[in-house]
Amino acid sequence: MTLTSLALAAYVVAALLFVLALSGLSKHETARRGNGFGMAGIALALVATLALAINPDTDGLATRPGWLVGVLVAVAVGASIGLWRARVVEMTGMPELIALLHSFVGLAAVAVGWNGYLLVEADPEGAETRLLDAEGLLGIHHAEVVIGVFIGAVTFTGSIVAFLKLSARIRSSPLVLPGKHVLNATALAVLVACTIWFTVAPALAPLVIATVVALALGWHLVASIGGGDMPVVVSMLNSYSGWAAAASGFLLENDLLIVTGALVGSSGAYLSYLMCTAMNRSFVSVILGGFGAVASTSAAVEGEHTEVSAADVAELLSEASSVVITPGYGMAVAQAQYPVAELTRALRERGVDVRFGIHPVAGRLPGHMNVLLAEAKVPYDVVLEMDEVNDDLASTDVVLVIGANDTVNPAAAEDPGSPIAGMPVLRVWEAGRVIVFKRSMAVGYAGVQNPLFFRENADMLFGDAKERVSDILAALPATSSR
Amino acid sequence: MTEQDVLEPGTPQAGGSTEEVAVGQLIGVVREREGEPRVAATPDSVRALVRLGYRVVVEADAGTRAGFADAAYREAGAEVGDPLAADVVLSLGAPEAGRADGLREGQTWIGLLAPALSPDLLTDLAGRGVTALSMDAVPRISRAQSMDVLSSMANIAGYRAVIEAAHEFGRFFTGQVTAAGKVPPAQVLVAGAGVAGLAAIGAAGSLGAVVRATDPRPEVADQVASLGGEYLAVPDPSSNQAAQVSSDGYAKEMSDDYNARAAALYADTLPGVDVVVTTALIPGRPAPRLITAEMLATMAPGSVVVDMAAGTATDGGGNVEGSRPGERVVTENGVVLLGYTDLPARLPQQASRLYATNLVNLLTLLTPGKDGALALDHEDVVQRAVTVTQDGAVTWPPPPVQVSAAPAAAPAAPAPVEPAPEKAPADPRRRVAGIAVAGLVLLLVLAAAPAALLPHLTVFALAVVVGFYVIGHVHHALHTPLMSVTNAISGIIVVGALLQVGHPGDSTPGLVGAVALVAVLLASINVFGGFAVTRRMLAMFTRSDAPASQKGSHR
Repeated sequence: MTLTSLALAAYVVAALLFVLALSGLSKHETARRGNGFGMAGIALALVATLALAINPDTDGLATRPGWLVGVLVAVAVGASIGLWRARVVEMTGMPELIALLHSFVGLAAVAVGWNGYLLVEADPEGAETRLLDAEGLLGIHHAEVVIGVFIGAVTFTGSIVAFLKLSARIRSSPLVLPGKHVLNATALAVLVACTIWFTVAPALAPLVIATVVALALGWHLVASIGGGDMPVVVSMLNSYSGWAAAASGFLLENDLLIVTGALVGSSGAYLSYLMCTAMNRSFVSVILGGFGAVASTSAAVEGEHTEVSAADVAELLSEASSVVITPGYGMAVAQAQYPVAELTRALRERGVDVRFGIHPVAGRLPGHMNVLLAEAKVPYDVVLEMDEVNDDLASTDVVLVIGANDTVNPAAAEDPGSPIAGMPVLRVWEAGRVIVFKRSMAVGYAGVQNPLFFRENADMLFGDAKERVSDILAALPATSSR
Repeated sequence: MTEQDVLEPGTPQAGGSTEEVAVGQLIGVVREREGEPRVAATPDSVRALVRLGYRVVVEADAGTRAGFADAAYREAGAEVGDPLAADVVLSLGAPEAGRADGLREGQTWIGLLAPALSPDLLTDLAGRGVTALSMDAVPRISRAQSMDVLSSMANIAGYRAVIEAAHEFGRFFTGQVTAAGKVPPAQVLVAGAGVAGLAAIGAAGSLGAVVRATDPRPEVADQVASLGGEYLAVPDPSSNQAAQVSSDGYAKEMSDDYNARAAALYADTLPGVDVVVTTALIPGRPAPRLITAEMLATMAPGSVVVDMAAGTATDGGGNVEGSRPGERVVTENGVVLLGYTDLPARLPQQASRLYATNLVNLLTLLTPGKDGALALDHEDVVQRAVTVTQDGAVTWPPPPVQVSAAPAAAPAAPAPVEPAPEKAPADPRRRVAGIAVAGLVLLLVLAAAPAALLPHLTVFALAVVVGFYVIGHVHHALHTPLMSVTNAISGIIVVGALLQVGHPGDSTPGLVGAVALVAVLLASINVFGGFAVTRRMLAMFTRSDAPASQKGSHR
């Protein structure tokens, strides 16, 4: 039993721990344990890898202490930055953080790929090169370098754009370049050509071209997707980051990287697929990007909307027997989850049946609303999926739409010309009364006007969702003492 | 409502109902025949109907037997008068023989019409030009649950069946140990775990009885257990024989072989059972005979059998041999057979409330404009299904509807009014061919790959599959933590970067190592940040009934 075989055994155990982590995360009861398994897996993998890297028998870092210190410093700095960001991030800023983290994996994959080139292709007489040549793997290695850099680069810029859009540093409306599908196809063709070129005759030029084109492709793919579809994009980038890790694994002939990358890649892809199904979108068009708002032919919606005051809503709520709250991104923006949770508690104490209806794509990443509501300690068994609550909406007295727009748009169900036609939505308009919390009459992310606002049973409550919910809370006790 | 002062109730709507109506249509609520204490509207439902824009006229004394006085209806906004003059008539059943003549063309009759069993009634109504909507034809799809009268009535009937049985049964249902001796709990057997059966299981269980239940559909076992019952499966020699997959939510007739085995199960079980409730009804078919006279003879005197299907079998009996509809029969060995057919009506107020709510839900669907104008849309499966006569023609049976819960394995007969036909399942042969081709291509590609690459490709392929399956049924609330964990895990690329730091084969002094160190740093942020943020998120998930566990979570 050498150090190497011990480390490889540790890799197997780590891979199994990752499987346990993912399966643990599918249920509330086991989620925390799952996270623990994941941490144990990474810790084991890190220790094993460090041992391998240091291993003096194989001319490891033990002979070059300077590099060893460098590694430890890099890990320590990375760890403290990561822990610090994780501690201070607002729950509403979670999507941005996750998108940014994806970009790190992408960039790391690019770095690993380039290093692969520097170690082998740029050094034809090097020991590594001769070893690979002897195994007949040199050609494969060439291809792996380009593919790894390609996937990593797409992940990197794609995640950066997603991060910028989610944090509202750039406009979230889709970028529509003329002939964008042609552009994408051309980029892919160039990448295939570069891979072949590099495989046949490894040189700097094809790798540089491939890197630049892949960076541009990643940027364009995500830039052409509208903000409303960001949850799928984030999930898809998650999958890409897995494939990037797997590609690096092939490059380094490291099975742990391959297994873990494939796990993350395929589970992320499946998650995206589930979300696409929920939104009635084509999976292929998401992977290829640019499926966001297209030119709309929808009928113009006109009408009068009615406004209510917070006091009226409080009175309405205190007389209701069932209330469904359908939150959207607006609740996250306004940080309204705490007053909403408080309102929920107050109403439940009065015997009002309060439930939450969560659209699968509410917010800017999957499960976004659940995280916010959980943060505010809303019990998760009153937080229901769209399908669980949709049929009950007709018998619900009051629906509070807090910062949601496209996910409650009747046009999706009723107007075949609407850009969101066919997307399943929460049928809030079937309820007795609908109160829409909104900052203004502006359109939602999909850029579609919402006929809900002009329905007879719908009233608008304008203003900051957090303040308005607090107003309702303040008005509540007075109405109950009557 | 000022319209009511202007328009005499009962005034037929001026003009056709096709043009826009300024005032809502008139809904009439009839007083049911003698022996039917239920009523099709309650004061609450009248309010709801008025909100939909309708005017309502209630026949005198319509709700008295269900505990709703005429005054209460008036207070809710209805008039008391002649319901047959209305545009839409709400009733529990079909028009009584004498009253059908009072109907006129263009009127709508809504009630429980049993279209499968009463073709003559349908032709008669069609001949009069009456549009008939039958509440028992509501399809069993989740969207229509709020209108499913059969379920709401069966729920009451199942409960009442147990109450009737308890009334006849000479002992406690619950087991007790008292100073005066020990009372064993009653043994209750419920045949058929549909809505009625489940209600009976729940009611009997809450009275303290030991409840067992049978049903040909094995998938109901969990539902039985959820109500505290024990599911007795019919022994099954050929595993998929009994596994009845219901495509419309109802039980089907079973094969002779299955029936023989079920009979054996009943014969074995019945001697120890005190109370039996049989609920086995197959829509539009005679009820199956589950319990024979010989089986009854094995039961102890004083046992009670409630046959909720009494009168629907071919010979006028029901699930139980010898039961008579509407009657209490005592067998030679002292077993009481209850064949009551009016179980829901024995809770008239409750039954009326539920039925009236079902009607309001249907009318809400039929009044999309909330303007008091009934509009039938045949593109909607629910509306199409309940319409049994219209424009002088019988429109029953409707094209089949698949229940959403059932797997879409068997393609339904093409239904012209299906709103969004489900994607036709791919031809199995084509699917197999597709897999074969994909397998072959993969095989050729892999065979061309260098041998040293194969082990890696093997683990890669297996890991891809594991990744797909491992998150199979992830709870929707956990999407974000899952993504954040997978994100953290994809930071495993740190391993790759670590292996490149200070690589002995580095011929570019420091460059490879420096790039690798940057990668290590970035990936470390990912690993540590990802896990920490996941931990933070997971610590926030709480459940309302377990506040105590919250404290434990901050470990």
